[in-house]
Amino acid sequence: HTAGCFITDNVGQFFSSGHTNNWAVLVCTSRFWFNYRHVANTLSVYRSVKRLGIPDSHIVLMLADDMACNHRNPKPATVFSHKNMELNVYGDDVEVDYRGYEVTVENFLRVLTGRLPPSTPRSKRLLSDDRSNILIYLTGHGGNGFLKFQDSEEISNVELADAFEQMWQKRRYNELLFIIDTCQGASMYERFYSPNLMALASSQVGEDSLSHQPDVGIGVHLMDRYTFYLLEFLEDIHPASKTCMNDLFKVCPKSQCVSTPGHRTDLFLRDPGSVLVTDFFGSVRKVEITMDSINLTSVVSHRKEEPAANGELQKEVYSYSDQLPVSEIIHQKPKQRDWHPPDGFILGLWTLILLVFFQTYGIKHLKHIF
Amino acid sequence: MGLLSDPNRRRALINLLTRLNAPICGMPVDWLVKTMQARGLEVFTQSFSRTLPFPDENKERYMVKGTNVYGILRAPRAPRTEALVLSASCSPGDENNQAVGLLLGLAQYFRNQIYFAKDLIFLVNEHDLIGMQAWLEGYHHTNTTGMDWTPLHGRGGSIQAALSLELNSHVVTSLDLVLEGLNGQLPNLDLANLFYAFCQKLSVLCTIEGKLQRNDWDSVSGYSQAVQTMMLMVMKQASGRPWGDHGLFLRYHIEAATIKGINSFRQDKTDATTIGRLLEGMYRKLNNLLERLHQSYFFYLMPSLSNFVSIGYYMPAFGLLAVILLLRALDLWVQLVTPPPRNEERVNDIAQSCPGVLSILIPLVISHLTGVALYMLPVRFQEMAVEHFPVSETEAVVLTAIAVYTAGLALPHNTHRYSSEGTEQGWRVLKLVAVLYLAVLLGCTALINFSLGFILALTLVPVAAFVTPHVPKVLSAFALVFLSPACTLLFSVFFYQELQEMPVSFQDGWILYLSVISQGILDHYLYGSLVYPLIALLVYPCWLLFWNILFWK
Repeated sequence: HTAGCFITDNVGQFFSSGHTNNWAVLVCTSRFWFNYRHVANTLSVYRSVKRLGIPDSHIVLMLADDMACNHRNPKPATVFSHKNMELNVYGDDVEVDYRGYEVTVENFLRVLTGRLPPSTPRSKRLLSDDRSNILIYLTGHGGNGFLKFQDSEEISNVELADAFEQMWQKRRYNELLFIIDTCQGASMYERFYSPNLMALASSQVGEDSLSHQPDVGIGVHLMDRYTFYLLEFLEDIHPASKTCMNDLFKVCPKSQCVSTPGHRTDLFLRDPGSVLVTDFFGSVRKVEITMDSINLTSVVSHRKEEPAANGELQKEVYSYSDQLPVSEIIHQKPKQRDWHPPDGFILGLWTLILLVFFQTYGIKHLKHIF
Repeated sequence: MGLLSDPNRRRALINLLTRLNAPICGMPVDWLVKTMQARGLEVFTQSFSRTLPFPDENKERYMVKGTNVYGILRAPRAPRTEALVLSASCSPGDENNQAVGLLLGLAQYFRNQIYFAKDLIFLVNEHDLIGMQAWLEGYHHTNTTGMDWTPLHGRGGSIQAALSLELNSHVVTSLDLVLEGLNGQLPNLDLANLFYAFCQKLSVLCTIEGKLQRNDWDSVSGYSQAVQTMMLMVMKQASGRPWGDHGLFLRYHIEAATIKGINSFRQDKTDATTIGRLLEGMYRKLNNLLERLHQSYFFYLMPSLSNFVSIGYYMPAFGLLAVILLLRALDLWVQLVTPPPRNEERVNDIAQSCPGVLSILIPLVISHLTGVALYMLPVRFQEMAVEHFPVSETEAVVLTAIAVYTAGLALPHNTHRYSSEGTEQGWRVLKLVAVLYLAVLLGCTALINFSLGFILALTLVPVAAFVTPHVPKVLSAFALVFLSPACTLLFSVFFYQELQEMPVSFQDGWILYLSVISQGILDHYLYGSLVYPLIALLVYPCWLLFWNILFWK
């Protein structure tokens, strides 16, 4: 009976983080063979996230170029993250959801906000709800306030902040961890304004993120410094570890990274010291095995009793808004157009006519009008 | 993990090089075909023939016939859309045998790698530039110079970059990079940077224009070496000749450079393995590219391998010279438009300005006809000249050219017989036309070949600006002749030899000058170089117009 009491007392802690499922969106935005390290970065984070429990159905992996099967790869079907080819992050069961030219700013924002055409398969959607913790990892070439996609377009920090605000308003996340490994990465999280966002970047504004080590056999740089040390840190995390976010902020100090990593926690409601790393990187199912039965009546509060107590309070009913109201569109009546004063063109035309009139007949006629 | 770390391969390469050091007559076509096939390449040959307009005394050839041999190494996994070329020219005798041996050794090594995404074409061309021109024309299906060649049976896709090897001696102590190509075109600066980066990485001595790198560019001697190197590059670019086999690739938008091995009798020698590793590194880097080289400058001057002057810096210098001409034109225009102060002679002046058109047109037409004569007569009438004078054909061509050039100096005395008496207005209008013509001509030349445009501008703009019929005649005539294109060329020859630290006496210099003129004419007929027609058909008539103005009556 004491075990049951212990568990009943701890049930409150059970749901302290407030999330029930985990998602990850991992994006590599650059193509070309010499950007091998960006693909290796993303695949390293993918590997850690899968190892800690997030399944492929909850991971949206976007890789802008295929390095494993690139004609220039001397070790085909592999992507190495460590020189001397110690760790192949490509492995046997990588599931890439957006590949090649499908990785665009538009697709990325559509994935985040959920505005995808009905024909999009499940594997390409971020089907999160208001109890999801989402990890978003971006890597590529960036600058002050932008991130370059595919050598042809950019996403700005304002667009990203607005996308997160859309996600918040549509109740698409509970808490969101944003990690970016690019040059001047800290500029990308400067404009965030939605609650429950925590951000990490590999370098401050004005600094470049550096790559780690080249491999002579493969001929390119294999990883970026920040993600290399992040991977090293994550290799020590297992699903039951209690490491918290403050340790994650200490990854790759300036002596190792050359750039100064930054982080932002002011929008986050919980204290980072109490946030576990596995809250975002893992998909932890809390399981406690007990032989006793437990009454949960004391924890779950009955909301229905409140309006009876106070008649003025109105019950808020939440429902998902209809993204595509077909019936309304089909049966739409043409709107009545209000009268509006003539626009600039007509004004200009009248002015011209008046000027010509006064030019011909002389300015003295003006005094007849005024 | 690199070339020739395997002792078997090293032995094979040494065997190959020893074999090739034995003198071979002509080009060993069958042996080359067999060797390349043994290395797993797809081998093809192309034969070509060409009769030069007159015998080439520098290389001693007149009727040229030859065969190019090339082997294609297909990329193991990639589609056959792009290619890289490595070429070495094979001439009779044992020149450049080291380069052919190195080429075959590299072919064998590259055959065993799987990381190539572009086809590699290993080309051994005969009769250096003529063979290269035949191969390129066959590859791109163009025929601009009237050569006879058999079509190519094997192709590798569009060529992204090319390197040409010249290892003339058995011992190499430093590598020289040659960039200047046909008509002064240069490859992308990234190719030069690539070469320099690998030289530094492998600790190979590298030079440009034969001058070594130093680490005290700020001192006086460092600065003067930089200036000398840059002036050498300017002279080479202005001549418009391709200074290596690579020069002909540039016309097809293929970035190419020539690497020459130089023996300067130093203690440390570079062996074939290191040069092989350098080339292996360069080819791997070129293989990684997804687009043609275009990120760096196409127009630059290099005072050293680690510094460059971009077009944004040197064009304003030329612009300022061109502005002189435009200001002079403006001044003449104002003089022509303002009416003279006296009233009584106004009627006479108006009457005299009308027939000005004919008195301007005649010098223009006659100058251009002289230019056409300078362009066409030397080569057309060489047989007639050889019959009447005891000279060889080459000398006949060159001396005819100089004769026509000098004959043009006598023209003003004769043209004035046909025109009405010149007026004050007449020479002004002619000078206005001539100055604008020169400005446009120099501007267009500087855009295509900056060095040529700049040298011509330096010598022609001052005289063009100040010459009038009223300046002291004898002095200005001397100045005009000394600054004419032919004398500029003569002084450049002496200056070039000084810069190369091989100064020549006047006799040798004169003979060198004659051979430079003959090479210039040959380059035009063989490869389509535009320097000779530009000077003969456009610059020389323009200069003659100023000569006419000087002697205006």
